[in-house]
Amino acid sequence: MSLATALRTRDVTELPGKRDEAWRWTDLRGLIRVLPAPSERFEGDVGQGPFDRLADDHHVLVNGGEARIDVAAGKKALAVLRLVSRGAGAHASRVTVNLAAGARLRLLESYESDGASLAQTTLVIMLAEGAVLERIVLAQDHEDAVSVSQADVLLAPTADFGQTVVASGSRRQRIETVVAHPGGRASVRLDGVYLLDGKRHSDHTTVVTHTGVDGVTNQLVKGVVRDQARGVFQGRIVVNEGADRTDARMGHHAQLLSDRAEVDAKPELEIYADDVSCAHGNTVGAMDEDALFYARQRGIPEAEARAMLTEAFIGQVIDRIWFEAARRVLRTWAGKRLRG
Amino acid sequence: MLSISNLHAAVEGKEILKGLTLDVPAGEVHAIMGPNGAGKSTLSYVLTGRQGYEITGGGTTLDGEDLLALEPNERAARGVFLSFQYPLEIPGVPALTFIRTALNAQKKARGEPEITAPAFLKLAREKAALLKIDFDMLKRALNVGFSGGEKKRMEIFQMAMLSPRFLILDETDSGLDIDALRIVSEGVNALRSPDRAMLVITHYQRLLDYIKPDRVHVLAGGRIVASGGPELALELERDGYDRYARAA
Repeated sequence: MSLATALRTRDVTELPGKRDEAWRWTDLRGLIRVLPAPSERFEGDVGQGPFDRLADDHHVLVNGGEARIDVAAGKKALAVLRLVSRGAGAHASRVTVNLAAGARLRLLESYESDGASLAQTTLVIMLAEGAVLERIVLAQDHEDAVSVSQADVLLAPTADFGQTVVASGSRRQRIETVVAHPGGRASVRLDGVYLLDGKRHSDHTTVVTHTGVDGVTNQLVKGVVRDQARGVFQGRIVVNEGADRTDARMGHHAQLLSDRAEVDAKPELEIYADDVSCAHGNTVGAMDEDALFYARQRGIPEAEARAMLTEAFIGQVIDRIWFEAARRVLRTWAGKRLRG
Repeated sequence: MLSISNLHAAVEGKEILKGLTLDVPAGEVHAIMGPNGAGKSTLSYVLTGRQGYEITGGGTTLDGEDLLALEPNERAARGVFLSFQYPLEIPGVPALTFIRTALNAQKKARGEPEITAPAFLKLAREKAALLKIDFDMLKRALNVGFSGGEKKRMEIFQMAMLSPRFLILDETDSGLDIDALRIVSEGVNALRSPDRAMLVITHYQRLLDYIKPDRVHVLAGGRIVASGGPELALELERDGYDRYARAA
């Protein structure tokens, strides 16, 4: 069952839904009764993307298509990848990212839609030994869009993979990252932020499987959900037998800013090795009303005080991004979003 | 300046303030002393508009304006400042950013131009030096990981930066050693002026050795049960609150 198969075969019964454990909170089968017509080719101007000014190398897929980003051994690169949906059709995209030994890449990826499209993106990301990839994803979909992004990340020992996904949700939005972690001093950061309002939905699903000794995984996901929006976090870290001295840390913290907002979280650590250091923390709560009063007592109006405290809450995730220019873009984006 | 008349207030249906009347004219420092549970902190929260406090009778004006009808931030813009007994930690917001946001919000509410970044930093350096606050501390998240004494000093720093007109000090001396108490008191005394007034809420007389009040009031059972000059504080220190607790 997958959206990719459903789009290829035009068969709605292939859509993942409630009965699939991994999709029970993001039920596409129940949502989509009839698949939209395949998207038409779009020839018009798609405007500027959020990261356009930070890089010269732009890969833009509009209503599906394929892209490939290769970085040769020892080379450094900076690339923008835009997955754009125009109109209300269905389409799939496929992206391959390949870093040779010692290559370094900053990948600035965005999801942009303007209506009730149904989009599926498959990414295959491969890092050879000593390669370093920082993947920054900004998913700013239209409220009526359904968008699913699925990345398979294959790491060689000593590779370093850092990821931060920032998402504002859509009718259904899911960003899934599956990492094959070989250990061997390879290191993974899998961070995320979701800022949801209205009836938006955003699902952050990650699976990391440690298969070798001496692997590091560090995850911090934070969400702020208001109105009737819904955030989903499914984080799973598997430490296989023999993957000793694995160091895995997972944190997911969400704030619910209204009575009808919802967060569903499923943090899972599955450990089959003996000598590991693993920790996870998961909290869902309201905004600190005492801190809010304190800020207001100093003269800060309520709306601004709330925006400031929320910004600070998610800022702790943004601060972990290595690429400073991307940090600035995301801070500005979040600040605007929080101030309506 | 501040006029409280027959104020009644309740928390979760339980009446805490039971007809409190008090006038604090501009230029004066008034101390409120009282036993635990007398309503001292309730008074400070009612005056600043914290949620969960229901006004069940009476009223309060600041320069003739109905204070209790205003939002907490509007009261701050009118010059009301509360130095918290337990200052809050604000993770992720550097102290300087927080204070500059507050100062500019107050200025905006009063129709004044915003303070420029260089002018703000100059002012901050000046006030930090007076209060012996390490400037680097102001770049850290406000109050996060600060000691009790540092938090209190940070309250007085904010007070100095925001330059309020009506100051409420809620148990400011608690958690301070003698050196910190002196520094904090000097900071407060520097703000004494003919157009400002202060309400100093304290359980102990000690603070009043440093911040000399014009008037001392005893709050017990939700009302002012006695008022006098500074000598009243000394008497309380000597004899305790028993007499007043019984009277209430």
